[in-house]
Amino acid sequence: MTLRGAFEAGRFAVTAEIGPPRGADAEAITRKADLLRGWVDAANVTDNQGAHVRMSSFAGSLLAMRAGVEPVMQLTCRDRNRIALQSDLLAAGALGIPNVLLLTGDHPRFGDHPDAAPVFDLDSTQLVWAARSLRDGGTLASGREIGARPDWLVGAVENPFAPPRRFRARRLAKKVAAGAEFVQTQYVFDVDVFTTWLAELRDLGVTERCRVLAGVGPIRSLRVLEFLRHGVPGIHVPDQVVRRLRGVPADRVAAEGVTMCVETIQQLAELPGVAGVHLMAFGYERGVPEILERAGIAPRPAPRPAPRPALTGSAPGAVTTEGLGHAG
Amino acid sequence: MATDDLTADAAARRGWPRPFRPRIGARLGYLLHAGLATNRLYARVAAWLERRPRAYAAFTTVERVTKQELFGCRMCGQCALPATGYTCPMTCPKQLRNGPCGGVSASGGCEVHPELPCVWVVAYERSEQAGHGADLDLLQRPVDQRLRDQSSWVNYWQGRDEDLWTAADAEGARPLLHRELGLHPVGGVR
Repeated sequence: MTLRGAFEAGRFAVTAEIGPPRGADAEAITRKADLLRGWVDAANVTDNQGAHVRMSSFAGSLLAMRAGVEPVMQLTCRDRNRIALQSDLLAAGALGIPNVLLLTGDHPRFGDHPDAAPVFDLDSTQLVWAARSLRDGGTLASGREIGARPDWLVGAVENPFAPPRRFRARRLAKKVAAGAEFVQTQYVFDVDVFTTWLAELRDLGVTERCRVLAGVGPIRSLRVLEFLRHGVPGIHVPDQVVRRLRGVPADRVAAEGVTMCVETIQQLAELPGVAGVHLMAFGYERGVPEILERAGIAPRPAPRPAPRPALTGSAPGAVTTEGLGHAG
Repeated sequence: MATDDLTADAAARRGWPRPFRPRIGARLGYLLHAGLATNRLYARVAAWLERRPRAYAAFTTVERVTKQELFGCRMCGQCALPATGYTCPMTCPKQLRNGPCGGVSASGGCEVHPELPCVWVVAYERSEQAGHGADLDLLQRPVDQRLRDQSSWVNYWQGRDEDLWTAADAEGARPLLHRELGLHPVGGVR
């Protein structure tokens, strides 16, 4: 049950997300890992997502591994220059982190330290390029040779819904040319737009070289709906989704949101070129098994036994929005 | 021009990057570029300028003022304008050289400055309209931070810009990442 294994076997892959805590609390990672273990091939460990300070994705990835969940270590260009980025990539390789996901990152302006310096020494495409040069070329961005080469899978992100839409498939094609082997997308709430983007990817030959994991997640309250529509740059929620969620009684919104998420996964799984889903269920990790089960996605092969009973996640009704960011 | 605009312009030059909409059309940009295209005379002028610091400073000031007014230039010293529909990517708050981030609003607004259009939305439109759409598929190498405040025209005439970008499918264009600037990485050469 590794992400690489799922890709190689052509099995529908599932990734989820683990947001590290705001604090030195290793248990917070373990608790989320317990809820996901056996249901996902890997879980992203976010890198100070939304430009809010959290435990580092590197430490979070190690903790997730220790808890039996394969991590996808996210690394953004926001806080580190090319020296620190490459150093962290080597560290991830040395400690056996099997996947990295390389992104631009949210601007600090929207985080809890808007007074911080934005770095952006490399962009995400250049970072993917640097990663592949490390792994396959055995060289740093400077051209200097390295010793032992890392062995992680290189991932990237794309947002098929943000303008200029006609350029989004081409932008991913650039990242794939630079070396991205899989991509996770921003939330798909509009399957039609996603399908158009996917067709463009196929025309560019991108789907043959890069596995596409479609981003999905349940909208479990009208407050989250409004936040997604207006609070997070780059998320596209079409009107029919808004109408459907507003059309049910208040106590049914959560269930309807989960049902919509299940239906979206089922639609996406039918599309040629979709290798899996990336399930973002912030604060609702406990619902991941139910969503996958209802969507007809079996638990992962040979799941490891849980070392302890699964704890519940955040209290029902609690809404976590801080972890949300855009796919940059 | 209103005072507010002047203030915004000044902020754009001195502070963190803010999206800048070019003041001349892309086609005119390509025309002007043709007039600046490298030839042996320009190469000799560039070499002469580099030997004379005061002349170089004066020349760089002319370049800065011109390109700031027209494109919001931030003097990265390695001009990407010919490959971006003459829209400066260094005015993107994230200084992205390979395309837009995922935070562009539905109306095409910048994530950081929603009232301003995303640099890359503008670059896409201008490139397409000028028949240079394929330029945006080029892979842009990382910025060489040492070249800031240098004259990109001089660097271009001296042939140092040739490795700024490469075709996405050019397998022969190794090394892909680092540029051959005649400047060796520290420790890379013994």
